[in-house]
Amino acid sequence: MKNHDDHITSYSLNWTVLIVLLILTTISILAIKMHLGAYTVALALILASVKVTIVLTYFMHLKFENLLLRLMVGGVFLLFAIVIVITFIDYYFR
Amino acid sequence: MSTTEHSDFIDSDTGKLGMWLFLFTELFLFGGLFIVYAVMRSKYSADFHHAALELNAFIGATNTVVLLVSSMTVAMSLTAIQRKQSNRAMGLIFITLILAGVFMVNKYFEWGHKIGLHLYPGSDVMKTLPHGEIMFFGLYFMMTGLHALHVIIGGILLTIVMFKIKSGRINQEHYLLHENGALYWHLVDLIWIFLFPLLYLIT
Repeated sequence: MKNHDDHITSYSLNWTVLIVLLILTTISILAIKMHLGAYTVALALILASVKVTIVLTYFMHLKFENLLLRLMVGGVFLLFAIVIVITFIDYYFR
Repeated sequence: MSTTEHSDFIDSDTGKLGMWLFLFTELFLFGGLFIVYAVMRSKYSADFHHAALELNAFIGATNTVVLLVSSMTVAMSLTAIQRKQSNRAMGLIFITLILAGVFMVNKYFEWGHKIGLHLYPGSDVMKTLPHGEIMFFGLYFMMTGLHALHVIIGGILLTIVMFKIKSGRINQEHYLLHENGALYWHLVDLIWIFLFPLLYLIT
């Protein structure tokens, strides 16, 4: 169980990531309060996806993980996106 | 001796891989609910709009900030243990646990308010609402409830990690459980990042 050759994320990087996440949260709240109509849902989901990517990359250390793990995570999110798209195709064209 | 160490080393990597595989199943557990939400929202958009106005976006936003900060403190605790700062690591996990408590207290008041208004699945008031609003509140309680359950489990897991740091069983050389506990906590944060705009912000 020796894993001391892992990458160590610095405290300052953790702070930076938090500040970016808080800024993105503020943007999404303000954007939705401005009532952008049909684009509101899309914008909220895009901002949420950006935040999730940042959490996965830095807080969950994916940036410093091996290629296998990164491909697996990417693949699973792709699979999830495909499942959503297929569900909607089925729902709209039935 | 060197062979033992070699197989131990593999354990750490596979242990983390196993955790990620588990997180994938968690993603699809919530993913199923997200898909139901998306389809129902497009089917009953007027009802969903009306029902979502009942939710308190301020409490939702507060809990978002609480979870984001707790995600940072748990990530920092891992940095601390890797740098051999056990006390700081325990302190940071303790802050994370307090933030988890704050989240649950907010959730208690939020749910309590809804239940006070008789807006819970199966109540007399709920039965009189349009079908789409019943769907919205059903999904709201199911999704936030399942998420809150994960907050509690994550809190228990991090408490165990904290005591193992204290006893020295988690240290600079061996911190797989700490790493996996942190990954679980980040997953709780990831789910909330999607739940918050979908339930509280979009009306």
